[in-house]
Amino acid sequence: MSDVTHESPSSGPPGEDLSWRQRYWKKNVRLLVILLAIWAAVSLGAGVLFIEPLNNIVILGFPLGLWFGQQGAIYTFVILILVYALWMDRIDDEFGVSERNGDGERA
Amino acid sequence: MTSMQFWTFFFLILTFGIYIFIAWRSRVKETKEFYVASQGVPAVANGAAVAADWMSAASFIGMAGMIAFLGSDGSVYLMGWTGGYVLLALLLAPYLRKWGKFTVPEFVGDRYSDTVRVVAAVCAIVISFTYVVGQMTGGGVVFARFLGLSAEWAVVVAAVVIFFYAVLGGMKGITYTQVAQYIVLIIAYLIPAVAVSQAIGGFPIPQVTYGTILSELDALRVEFGLHEFIEAFAGRAGGQLDVFLVTLSLMLGTAGLPHVIIRFYTTKTVRGARFSAFWALFFISLLYLTAPAVGAFTNLNLLRGAQEATADNLPAWIQPWSDAGYVTVSAGDGSIDTVSNSADSGADLIVSNDILVLASPEISGLPAPIIGLMAAGGMAAALSTAAGLLLVISSAASHDIYYRMISKERASEKTQMLVGRLAMTGAVIVAIFAGLNPPAFVAQVVAFAFGLAASTFFPILILGVFWKKANATGAAAGMLTGLIFTGGYMIYTLEVFGTSANDHIFNVSPEGIGAIGAVVNFVVTIVVSNLTRPPSEHVQEMVEEIRYPQARRLTTGS
Repeated sequence: MSDVTHESPSSGPPGEDLSWRQRYWKKNVRLLVILLAIWAAVSLGAGVLFIEPLNNIVILGFPLGLWFGQQGAIYTFVILILVYALWMDRIDDEFGVSERNGDGERA
Repeated sequence: MTSMQFWTFFFLILTFGIYIFIAWRSRVKETKEFYVASQGVPAVANGAAVAADWMSAASFIGMAGMIAFLGSDGSVYLMGWTGGYVLLALLLAPYLRKWGKFTVPEFVGDRYSDTVRVVAAVCAIVISFTYVVGQMTGGGVVFARFLGLSAEWAVVVAAVVIFFYAVLGGMKGITYTQVAQYIVLIIAYLIPAVAVSQAIGGFPIPQVTYGTILSELDALRVEFGLHEFIEAFAGRAGGQLDVFLVTLSLMLGTAGLPHVIIRFYTTKTVRGARFSAFWALFFISLLYLTAPAVGAFTNLNLLRGAQEATADNLPAWIQPWSDAGYVTVSAGDGSIDTVSNSADSGADLIVSNDILVLASPEISGLPAPIIGLMAAGGMAAALSTAAGLLLVISSAASHDIYYRMISKERASEKTQMLVGRLAMTGAVIVAIFAGLNPPAFVAQVVAFAFGLAASTFFPILILGVFWKKANATGAAAGMLTGLIFTGGYMIYTLEVFGTSANDHIFNVSPEGIGAIGAVVNFVVTIVVSNLTRPPSEHVQEMVEEIRYPQARRLTTGS
């Protein structure tokens, strides 16, 4: 793992096909948009904007809106970050940019 | 010495000994160790360190107490202080780690310009100081109540311990101490919560059982003049709009706080930064998911106790806390009819938010060792956060301002370390003075740091990573308008610096203004960047490079 990578000129010899960069970035951004939509829906959506109608549903003593605001949103956040980290591993592998040591194992 | 004092001393001395031992083992000699722990911290350990760094005295001591009285609206803190990690993990941590230097001002300095670097360094120092004051106050609560020390001495003792391991070990010492502090604070938080959950709810998982007591709690709350726990938008005067803005403000601020971002520089790889963020939020969620349950259970026990109490026969836990100045009883007619957390409410029993968690084992009648453990946990939370903040302050002063700006990168490694340690010493001394004169409630003070972080750092960091055309003029203009707008509104609505408090405009509280400040910053940065010259090819290439964790390898036939 190099520490200062931005000082090196763009990787690869001149004329190398760099279109993979756009495809990589597009996949990354699409994943971000999906995950952030869920992020906003469970917290600002269910926990604030729609809390009052959701509170009419009561499960195990919890009004549902309150449950989202104090519990559900947080469970979802943890899962979202895990999904992101695992999914990015797959995208990195697909494009050959994952960080590996000399033996090809994940660094 | 009471048995409670004995156990408090026992756990405090034991844990302080562990912290100092770890700090001594991980003392450092080089700046890379001092600022980013040589970028060799494993993801799980880094996650635990982030969690301890994150969970301040406000989270540990203040939050459940606030939720107990706020009820449903307490979720602004729960969602705000966890939701920001999703933004951080997805939008910032991997890219800033890839770029890989020491501080947040350093990123914006290289990405934009030296002027922005200085503005960012000053903002980092101001935000971290706002925050560190809350930690000192939190430490003071623990000492004042359990050891009978005056709050002044408490602040000094806490500062000396932090000073010892922060100056000696820098980021490395702080990180490994924080791992230990996380373990101490989470055990201290969970044991009483599980015990109370078992005792009242009949099942040892508080996250599940607190739902079952909500109806009994709400009946009691109404009887004592409080709004219902489950009622949305009753706890905050601003209503739905304000709750929305405060939640968003805290989320954006979390993702923009320098002392949190800096932690992702310490991992080995970009992938490590992503997984660190996961572990960090996982560890944080253990406490945050428990906090509303602790708030509800303690509130229930408190009100049950108040129901039976008379002026001559108060529950035993009240007297010591009222001696320490955190509880007021004024039951003129012999019984307690109203309960509140607000000193101006004129209620018969007034309990400060800040003590509910620390007093919860006593209120619920748990044994003395657990109370001692609770005190050690509260101290761990305060110390770990304060140490992380002091590192940001000292690194902004010594690395960003001294090394990059004053010495023009010519200072030797040895001089840099000396300046780093001197800056840390200075920061500790200023923190002591700030802590001796603490304002308002612990958690509220901290909340304002978020508004400032949301309206200054967050937008220009995001644009710096995701928009190549964002330039120095735009970023400087954006940060300054964000800072002036948000800071101005806070000064306008709060009694600070001798100004009088004015009414909230459109019911937006000063804690929520950061979200609007962030939008202002985004708009100004984008508009000004479009009107001025785009950044150099070199900078644009740098932004391109941080998007990919590693140079591409085509050997595996992908």
